[in-house]
Amino acid sequence: MEDEMKGKDRKSGDKEGKEVAKEDKISEKPVKKKKVNTIEARFLVSSSPHISDGQTTAGIMQLVIFALLPAALFSIYIFGIYSLRVIVISIFSALVFELLARWVMKRPVSIRDGSAVLTGLLLALNLPPGSPWWLVITGTFFAIVVAKQFFGGLGYNPFNPALIGRVVLLVSFPVQMTRWIAPSKWGVDAVTTATPLGSMGESLKALGHIEMGFGREDILNLLIGNRGGCIGEVSIILLLAGGLFLIAKKVISWHIPASFIGSVWVITGIFYLIDPTHYANPTFHVLTGGLFLGAIFMATDYVTSPITPLGKIVFGMGCGVITVLIRLFGVYPEGVSFAILLMNAATPLIDRYTKQKVFGARTA
Amino acid sequence: MAKGFFGGIHPDYHKEMASGKPIKVMPLPEQLIVYFSQNLGAPSKPVVKVGDEVKKGQVIAQAGGFVSSSVHSPTSGKIKSIGFYPSPVGTEMEAAVIIPDGEDEWVEGCNKERDISALTPDEIKSIVSDAGIVGMGGATFPTHVKLSPPKDKPIDILILNGAECEPYLSSDHRLMLEKAEEILEGASLLARAINVDNIVVAIEKNKPDAIKKMESLTVGMDGFRVEAMEVVYPQGAEKQLIYSITGRKVPTGGLPMEAGALVQNVGTCFAAFEAARLSRPLLQRVVTVTGNGIKEPGNILARVGTSFRDIVEFCGGMSKDTAKVISGGPMMGVAQYSLDSAVSKGTSGIVLLKDDEVAQYENNPCIRCGRCLTVCPMNLNPSALGIFAERMRYEEAEEYNVMDCIECGSCAYVCPSKRPLVQHFKRAKAEIRKRSKKAG
Repeated sequence: MEDEMKGKDRKSGDKEGKEVAKEDKISEKPVKKKKVNTIEARFLVSSSPHISDGQTTAGIMQLVIFALLPAALFSIYIFGIYSLRVIVISIFSALVFELLARWVMKRPVSIRDGSAVLTGLLLALNLPPGSPWWLVITGTFFAIVVAKQFFGGLGYNPFNPALIGRVVLLVSFPVQMTRWIAPSKWGVDAVTTATPLGSMGESLKALGHIEMGFGREDILNLLIGNRGGCIGEVSIILLLAGGLFLIAKKVISWHIPASFIGSVWVITGIFYLIDPTHYANPTFHVLTGGLFLGAIFMATDYVTSPITPLGKIVFGMGCGVITVLIRLFGVYPEGVSFAILLMNAATPLIDRYTKQKVFGARTA
Repeated sequence: MAKGFFGGIHPDYHKEMASGKPIKVMPLPEQLIVYFSQNLGAPSKPVVKVGDEVKKGQVIAQAGGFVSSSVHSPTSGKIKSIGFYPSPVGTEMEAAVIIPDGEDEWVEGCNKERDISALTPDEIKSIVSDAGIVGMGGATFPTHVKLSPPKDKPIDILILNGAECEPYLSSDHRLMLEKAEEILEGASLLARAINVDNIVVAIEKNKPDAIKKMESLTVGMDGFRVEAMEVVYPQGAEKQLIYSITGRKVPTGGLPMEAGALVQNVGTCFAAFEAARLSRPLLQRVVTVTGNGIKEPGNILARVGTSFRDIVEFCGGMSKDTAKVISGGPMMGVAQYSLDSAVSKGTSGIVLLKDDEVAQYENNPCIRCGRCLTVCPMNLNPSALGIFAERMRYEEAEEYNVMDCIECGSCAYVCPSKRPLVQHFKRAKAEIRKRSKKAG
């Protein structure tokens, strides 16, 4: 009895409250021996190592959410309530769907791992400001229930849940998904506008060549985020700051973002050199669309991207190539989401072919 | 200059609890539980029976083959019983319970000074073998086997392993401070046995006093050199240490001698000195008793066979909220289910952890974060290996080189999903060995 109480105490004293002492079960069974030292009766027995650095899945998710906050807050600054509403609905509905799905499937509650909040936030950042509530909820349903829980939950999903949500909406509701709001302080103007990539595509279609200025001021506006677009994709500087933070914290590595953004720049650069009247400046390509958001926060999703350093570079370059192909030759002005999802499918294969050499591998 | 190996972790070391405490000699306990088999390799064969009177240093179990070593009685007394007793490795092992007569009387031929200046390599090897010396860092591989490399694998460097990279432990540290001359003399004997004149004393930089001591003693000693190693776990793992010092990689599945190196723990060198110079078999060792669970942490010179209970009592007892008792260090040591285990030749420490020091987690699915890949010193993919082993896909685990895992625990230490990776790998390795035995 006394042991049982102690076991319970131990549980409540745990860090983060996330982990449960499974050894409790041991202390619940009274040990039948003549004379048992009560301290010894509750010795924990488990495999080595017996210490841990304390980092948890929830801790990592928190860091990623923290890294996304500047970009999210900036979107509220330029799109106001239109952005805030989408973010709140998305995170809330993602949590509800996560809870419901686990409940229906009779699996342990998982919302405390933080992955549902992150998926909700990422989906919101990939939607246009002012998206109607039903659009957002449809998106989180496909993200959380279909793309994630149907496959077994966190760790088992082959495709990035937030991107599945976005792409389902993009192909099902193209009108709502391409209605953009022009930036204004706190979003009070609410004037519709086009995205830079969208207007470039339009001018190409109408005139047969690109007609647009791309000066220092345009670059500055793109860096700051003074343009139309999805909620979280506009401010390059803040996304970059979040990415550098995650790299410094060793949450992500540089491999995928660098190879993804780098290959988009190089390939669009080659096309630009061939024919600048048809193909836009590579720097324009890099700074527009959802490239930074996708390359730093979506393509680096652990579960759906390769685990080896070489594999990550292959993955990032594949994403870059597909993104450029869709942007230049596809029907959609933007291709980051499709590119990442297609490469998600190739992830197991990439991992297999980029296996690391064991220390001391015999060459013969 | 010492290069770093790939990967590794930087845990909190907590060595200060015991590292400042001089080695204390543990008085003779009321009974000793001496396991018959205390080495990696073939089990030793008991040669005593219940009721026998034994003298200190008398063989009670003989080596059961070449890769095996003998066990001696740590004191004089009577064999009270023979049976299976809890052991530090977690299973019950056959042991003799010896009731000391208090005389501590040596068996004939032991405890005599010997002139070691003229010993030949073969004589040194047989002394080491007869004294039952095994690797005292914890692996307990018979030392005389390591001293007998095949002719086509010449060894050109002897590395004294004083890295002591396991958190909490300080038994090697204390031994280097207090018995440095003896260690160096033992090392030069071992070097002579394999005809090597290049000896490196490898010590992690978090033991500056031991580095200084060794440096001051080796000045002017031909062939000796002290190397201050980066503080990174598992610096003291054999393959990693050889790479850090020589830049040579031990080929997979191979022995260190294939990289031309011999690694010996400093405690083993001390035991070799005692065996050669004083004709004393391996009967005792330094055990670090530490962790917040113990009242008076320290470094105890205990006889082989001293029960953990007696040692804990000698160190003032344990606190009420002791949650885990580990034989060895917290990274690779074995959790004990009681204090009935006894010190064996490989027991480098007894670590008593309280609730708040012990990692207690529910394990979750792998999220493929890849942290384990960045710390694995063998450059393996613990994430994939863990998934294969969990699903009992042992063939794939073998294809992904699970057999090269050194079980250092770095992967599980950093795992945010708290997966019991080392447990999975130990299981997979055992299953694969079983299958290859069946097939062969």
